[in-house]
Amino acid sequence: MATIGTPVRRREDYRFLTGGATYTDDINRPGQFYAYILRSPHAHARIAGIDTAAAQQAPGVVALYTGKDMAGDGVGGLPCGWQIHSKDGSPMAEPPHPVLAVDRVRYVGDPVAVVIAGTLAQARDAAELANVEYAEEPAAIDSVAALRPGAPQVNAEAPGNLCYDWQLGDLPAVEAAFAKAARIVKLDLVNNRLVPNAMEPRAAIGEFNRATGEYTLYTTSQNPHVIRLLMGAFVLHIPEARLRVVAPDVGGGFGSKIYHYPEEAIVTWAAGKVHRPVKWTAERSESFMSDAHGRDHVTHVELALDAQAKFLGLKVSTVANMGAYLSTFAPAIPTYLYGTLLAGTYTTPAIYCETKAVFTNTAPVDAYRGAGRPEATFVLERVVDLAADEIGMDPAELRRRNFIPKDAYPYQTPVALQYDSGDYGATSELALKAADYQGFEARRRDAMARGKLRGIGIATYIEACGIAPSAVVGSLGARAGLFESAAVRVHPTGSVSVLTGSHSHGQGHETTFSQLVADTLGIPIEQVEIVHGDTAKIPYGMGTYGSRSLAVGGTAIVKAMDKVIAKGRKIAAHLLEAAEADVEFKDGKFTVAGTDRSKTLGDVALTAYVPHNFPHDELEPGLDETAFYDPKNFTFPSGAHIAEVEIDIETGQVAVVNFTASDDFGRIINPLIVAGQVHGGLAQGIGQALLEGCIYDKASGQLLTGSYNDYAMPRADDLPAFALSTNVTLCTHNPLGVKGCGEAGAIGAPAAITNALVDALKPLGVRHLDMPATPEKMWRIIQQHRTPLAAE
Amino acid sequence: MQKTVSLTVNGKPVSATVEGRTLLVQLLREQLGLTGTHVGCDTSQCGACVVHVDGEAVKACTLLAVQADGRSVLSIEGVATGDTLHPMQEAFRNNHALQCGFCTPGMVMSALDLVKNNPNPTEREIREYLEGNLCRCTGYHNIVLAIAEGAAVMRGETPASAHGAAAE
Repeated sequence: MATIGTPVRRREDYRFLTGGATYTDDINRPGQFYAYILRSPHAHARIAGIDTAAAQQAPGVVALYTGKDMAGDGVGGLPCGWQIHSKDGSPMAEPPHPVLAVDRVRYVGDPVAVVIAGTLAQARDAAELANVEYAEEPAAIDSVAALRPGAPQVNAEAPGNLCYDWQLGDLPAVEAAFAKAARIVKLDLVNNRLVPNAMEPRAAIGEFNRATGEYTLYTTSQNPHVIRLLMGAFVLHIPEARLRVVAPDVGGGFGSKIYHYPEEAIVTWAAGKVHRPVKWTAERSESFMSDAHGRDHVTHVELALDAQAKFLGLKVSTVANMGAYLSTFAPAIPTYLYGTLLAGTYTTPAIYCETKAVFTNTAPVDAYRGAGRPEATFVLERVVDLAADEIGMDPAELRRRNFIPKDAYPYQTPVALQYDSGDYGATSELALKAADYQGFEARRRDAMARGKLRGIGIATYIEACGIAPSAVVGSLGARAGLFESAAVRVHPTGSVSVLTGSHSHGQGHETTFSQLVADTLGIPIEQVEIVHGDTAKIPYGMGTYGSRSLAVGGTAIVKAMDKVIAKGRKIAAHLLEAAEADVEFKDGKFTVAGTDRSKTLGDVALTAYVPHNFPHDELEPGLDETAFYDPKNFTFPSGAHIAEVEIDIETGQVAVVNFTASDDFGRIINPLIVAGQVHGGLAQGIGQALLEGCIYDKASGQLLTGSYNDYAMPRADDLPAFALSTNVTLCTHNPLGVKGCGEAGAIGAPAAITNALVDALKPLGVRHLDMPATPEKMWRIIQQHRTPLAAE
Repeated sequence: MQKTVSLTVNGKPVSATVEGRTLLVQLLREQLGLTGTHVGCDTSQCGACVVHVDGEAVKACTLLAVQADGRSVLSIEGVATGDTLHPMQEAFRNNHALQCGFCTPGMVMSALDLVKNNPNPTEREIREYLEGNLCRCTGYHNIVLAIAEGAAVMRGETPASAHGAAAE
């Protein structure tokens, strides 16, 4: 029975619903000790001294290590995985990132020392007795201020706090376009800093086997092989063969669990010192302080239009906050995952983007769901809406006039990407119809009668997913390849284990990948097992981020299955005494074409492992094939999101009354899972637009939003039911035709919501507002602009 | 200060020696090995640790283990009957109401508490009731559908699945 395209219930759910899942903190190793990390309470300070004597003497304490201890033992700094070059060709500033701070702390939460004790309570109690003497120094917190002359210096290696000053696009062409424009629309905006907040806090257990010299790290990671490579090769100098990294059930990631974090190296190294397993689990307060944050852009954008409202040119200048150190993929986010997306869904012929990345005394910033693409979409879709307002045109019509036409593919943008497929006009019309865009003005009037300002907002988006061709990303500064691996192991009885380099931390791979395998090999889904997350089991894999698992990891599975089928045909031809060319594989059977003579996959597998009657001269026994797939291009999911909001005039409270998302993800394997991915992305996007914002005190650098008391996570009653639809155009360069769906919601929603809010506030003369649109902010805006409202 | 506590967990009597500061969630996870109850925050807001104590939903991080002495605790591990999922668990599965699964035990325990007190909740009532449970994956859309379906099944109705999800 074909399962592809049907809403198969998830195979992994049983263990999660019964308390039977195994997250890292659920693992307890025999004899394990517990680590507690001392963190800096200051944004910027010199470490004048650490007096550990009392802590070392505390009950249960086994060891206390400082940055000097680790550096003195040859432990390296955390490496950065991407190198960006500035306009002048110089490489980015890349300051060292010690695992534990050595002589200076650079953000609140910067790890300073680790206490290891018999129980967590003992480790925490002892940490209270460690006396770290700090000499506080002025901190650079605001990214724009940090670039000004005389700002406090975060890293000596980055003068003026500049990491790089990057550009993309043809500036003279853009200037020529602006020179002939009928209208130029300008906007300054901020993309608010966010904390990813996967519900499972990070955790790590290091283990060392003295008998074999092997280390094992259990960790909350989206990509265990990447952690093994970075930590083994650069930080702890352990060869791959002696380092196993296990990422078991992982409770959400959203990007924040891609990176190699200090605690992973600390527990692994310490396990080798104390000869017992060492476990660390973040408290939520530590997560807020030390998980890589997301977004944090300050941008100026200008859009040039001709007299027919066609876009002529786009000019974008952004300051991106890197935090105190470079996280694993941080430099790539506000450059190649941002500037390259600024064509969006439009035919804008000339685009120029420049990004200054800046160090500040805040936590490192890196990819968070969408990663650069929500920022690009927000810039573009806000300035398009503002243009529509300024020229007095319906924003839907302005977009319609500028969409890349459906017969223009492959479409080369002026910012490096080549889109392979899409139909933005049709997707947009689907959304407009589903949202009853035509009927909106009546709803606006009804709302006004109830004391509510109602607005509607559209955002279209394009993403570049399925990263990526290794040769391309390598030329752009990636220090890693971005292929994916899979092994398809057909067992003697015909059941199948798939070992995938992708990692599931909520995406449902155990179901989607099983559907793919069951349908292709013609076997029941129950006979398929998906294995992931353990470097001792799976081939070298790059993991899951950037909506890449199906497009890249799924294709690797297809390629491995192709090899299995090819070998199976040879074995079947031998068994059937037929020419290989005459044997076809369909519905789980190898059949001699035009006859009823066939062998099942199970027959062939048994023969492969019990090769009594086997073409030994031609083939090896076994039916176990591995494939690595390096994509030819990015995939380009796209969509149109429409938000409808109501603002209470008296309280400023915003309600999202309707949210419509029409997306093009290419072929859909499991619509149930795809819808779930969109829902989750939308919640995070709406959260960014209405509720969430990571705030540091601009003078002291203290994290003011350090818990769920202060950082407003979207809750069930903040969100509406979502209306989803899909418009399918197939990806042309992978065999599945799939594009990826994991980030779409987080990309489209912030701009759609903000456009709706500005539309609602239009009667008051408001032209822009920055996220999040908290009730307080909305109330203040309404108070400032009440006069036109009263006069209406 | 150490104290021995005796309580009933998922229908079975248990005893354990705990510190005065030991939380109920620590007792469950670290001493009784019931790791289905999760810790997602340190301010009693995420709801990943919701269990039932004497039939009432409680965040297990807000109760000291010594306060559970002599009481009856139901955790996610005690909700299914053998291998058969409870209708609420089944409804979560039918509606794809879980992704990473970390918030799921707390969500199911809260959902059961809601339905006990309000057997036929509206969408708005479900959303408002869930204000003590955070989920970062699902956007709550399918959790709300699942709780409505679970409640209907618990009332003896047989609702059509909203998604037409197919059994594998």
